Parts: sequence; C-alpha cells; structure tokens
Amino acid sequence: MEVLVLGTGCAKCTKLYENAAAAIEALGVDAELSKVSDIQQIMSHGVMMTPALVVDGDVKVTGKVPSADEIKTWLT
Amino acid sequence: MTMSAHWKPLFWLTAAFAACWWLPVGSPRFDGALDEALLLVRWYAREHVLFCLLPAFWIAGAIGTFLSQQSVMRFLGPSAPKPVAYGVAAVAGTILAVCSCTVLPLFAGIYTMGAGLGPATAFLYSGPAINVLAVILTATVLGPQLGLARALGAVLFAVVVGLAMATIFRRSEGERQAAAMQVLEEEPARPIHQNILFLATLVLILIAATWGPGTGGPQRAIHGVKWWLAGGLSLALCGQLVFWFGAARTRVLAVIGAVAGLTFLTSGPELPFLAGILGMGVITGGRDDDLGEWFDQSWHFTKQIMPLLLGGVLVAGFLLGQPGGEGVVPSDWVAGAVGGNGLGANLFASVAGALMYFATLTEVPILQGLLGSGMGQGPALALLLAGPALSLPNMLVIRSVLGWPKTLVFVAIVVVMATVTGLVYGVIV
Repeated sequence: MEVLVLGTGCAKCTKLYENAAAAIEALGVDAELSKVSDIQQIMSHGVMMTPALVVDGDVKVTGKVPSADEIKTWLT
Repeated sequence: MTMSAHWKPLFWLTAAFAACWWLPVGSPRFDGALDEALLLVRWYAREHVLFCLLPAFWIAGAIGTFLSQQSVMRFLGPSAPKPVAYGVAAVAGTILAVCSCTVLPLFAGIYTMGAGLGPATAFLYSGPAINVLAVILTATVLGPQLGLARALGAVLFAVVVGLAMATIFRRSEGERQAAAMQVLEEEPARPIHQNILFLATLVLILIAATWGPGTGGPQRAIHGVKWWLAGGLSLALCGQLVFWFGAARTRVLAVIGAVAGLTFLTSGPELPFLAGILGMGVITGGRDDDLGEWFDQSWHFTKQIMPLLLGGVLVAGFLLGQPGGEGVVPSDWVAGAVGGNGLGANLFASVAGALMYFATLTEVPILQGLLGSGMGQGPALALLLAGPALSLPNMLVIRSVLGWPKTLVFVAIVVVMATVTGLVYGVIV
C-alpha cells in the first residue's frame, strides 16, 4: 500500500504525517509512507487544500488533519 | 581530514570574534536601541496580547474549523462564472488563508485546475492581507483607519490585479493542466446560521474587549459599558457551546464560576479575561469532535505565531524604536526615504515591501516602527499592500507555477498598484 502526505511543510502537514505513521504502526499493515512537498506534484493529485492524505492514489482528506483512528479506517 | 575542511568553521569563528570585538555596547545609539526593543515588546505584551491576540487565535481557529473551506472552493472551480470567481477569490482569503502556508498551494490549484489565472492572482494578492489575524492586528496596532484601508485596498485591487493578468495573458490560458479538482463534500455538523452566530459572537467579544475610549459621544458611552458587553456576550457564547456544540455543562459552569469569582476578587479586567481564555481551552481541549479540532487549530496558531510576533517586535524595536523613539536606524533616514507622500516614497515602500520577507504578521510591528520614525501614511499602506503578498522566496514558488514572464508582470502590477493606492490614500488622509 502506498500512503502519501501532501503538504508544503507547515506544522499541520507534519502532524498529519505523524498521525499516518501512528496509524500504520498500530495496524501493522505493510504500507509505504512518504511526504510530497513539491507544489506541482501536489497539484497533480488535484489537491489544493493542504495537508492532504492519499492512499493508493485516492485522495482521502484535504485541508485538515484527521486523527490516527480516522486514518486507520482508510488503511484496512 | 584535509586542511580545506577547516576553512568554513574558521571563517565563522573569526566572524563571530570580530562581531564581539567591535560590539558597540556603550555607544548611546546601540544601548538606546536595546532599551527601545525591550520597551516595545513590553508595550505589546501589555496592550495587545491579552485582549486582542489571544481572542484572535480562537477566532482564526474557529474559522478554520467551523466554516467549510470546500464550499468556498466550488466558486473557484473551472466552471464557476467569471465575475463570481473574481469576487470570491478577492475575499476568500478571510476564510481560506488563515495560515500563510496554505496560500501558495491554493493559488497554484486555482490556477492549474480551477478558475484560471485571473482569480488565482486575485487570491494570491489579497489572501495574506485580509486573513482575520492580519486584519485584527493591523486595526488594533496601527489604527482602525489603516486597518480598514488595508482590507478594502487589498480586496478592490485584487480584482484589478487579477483582471489585468487575465487580460495581458489571455492567449496562454489554454495550456493548463487537466487534473480534476478534488472537492470532498462533507456533511455539515450543524445548521449554518448557528456557525455564523457563533463566529459573530466571538468577533463581538473581541471588538468589545478592545474598544478604545475615543473622544466622546457614543464611542465613549460604549467604552464605559464594554466589560458588561463582553461579559454578556461571553455568557451567550457559553450557551451556544452547551446547546449547539455539546460542550460539557459542568466544565462550562466551572469556567463561568472562576471568571465571576476573579471579577469580584480582583480589580481590572485582565485576570478574569485570562481565566476565560484558559477556560475555553478546558472546555474544548482533548475532545474528538469539532470542538476538539477547534482547540487544536487555535493552539496551533498560538504556538506558531506568538514567538514569531514577539521576535519580530524585538527586531522592529531594535532597528526602528518604539513610536517617538529611535533605534539603530536613524529616524532621518526613514523620513528621508519614505516620509511624506511623494511618488518616490510610495514607490520605494512598494518595492521594498515586494522584495522583503515578512514572517506571518511581523509586518505590523515593523510598520509601526517605521511610522514612528516618520514614515508617511501613504507609503505605509503601499508597504502593507505589496509586502505580505510578495517576497523573494515566494516569487520563486510563483515562478515554478507560472513561469518567469507571468511572475514578473505580476510583481510589476503589484508594485505599481501598491504605489498608486499609497499615493491616493496619502492624499485622502
């Protein structure tokens, strides 16, 4: 599974990355988590409101930080 | 290790040593500037943090949490009617740009997959100037007149800048990316009128708490009862929190009790107000619903902006002194460069503002220092309009989205518009 955190580097994006990492850790799923900070690449996902979470190409959330529990529901 | 690896640390050590060696301690200008910096930061702490900034953080957090950003984005999509898109883009910064780091992705998004170049540049121009924290701080520190001029100037000229960009580059509009804009709909948690009344209550509390004594008439009359107003509004807010947002009654009552107790036990509004602000954290913090999110966002703004702002105030005080005082930079220089309301002063202020990087909100204390050292009102507005919208670092990001020609034209238009607006405003006041 591929999990992307889109964001230009503000504190909210860091928080989302932490929550996503915690969710992956808690579930023990095999997922590769990475950060995308290049603005053109963020745009290529159709996302304007950062931070955003993309799971296997699907945009799950934009413009806010979901909790780790919320992220878990998208990873199973 | 080769010898060359030592050069860099040696250079910095030498530079630091030289700086210490020639440290101008004891020279009246340097020592005076240190005093000025400390006096200015104390004045900020006393006058602006408690009644203005702390409530403003809660308001900014509430806007980010309770107003649906997604619903605004619909008006900036590719199929939105152009006049609507321009209008919305010019004012959308109040809701969308609460944090300056979200402005650039939104701008790129509106440009590449939304309403296009015109609305995107309109948003980029007005966003940093009309976000709620900037408006509140400008109005309370620099005066309501300049605050209003900044907000109105930013909105009006955003439309003009956007239209100018769209007209100049009308031919190259077709080459944009075709990625589909993702608008995730979410169910509103409560009727919209509740959210609006709730935000209005927050804003009114801030206005009541910061109401100045004025010179007489109705303004003075309101000043006399302002704490009764603030108290009544706060009780209304508590009611909203309990009945609309599902806050815990016991916690709300405990906070009301603490605030009321402090009001009777202490003189002056500071302690009860602080207790109220902290009490809001007790009521909203650590929950999983949107009240908890409100707390997280507000706390996040507080952590992000307070250190920056106090640091900015210290630097501004050191360089320019508090109003009437003098820092390291002689007032004559400031008055010579941006005093009065000439074309040269306005142009200089616009260009300087366009190149300089202001960390979130620090343009306000810096401008206050400049005004105190003899800057004219017109150039001040010119700097406020050109400053936060542009800086060298964000020009590079804009370039990566738009390319050089469009970026340079945008910068030129912003500088020219800011100069003209400054001139006009300087003549009016």
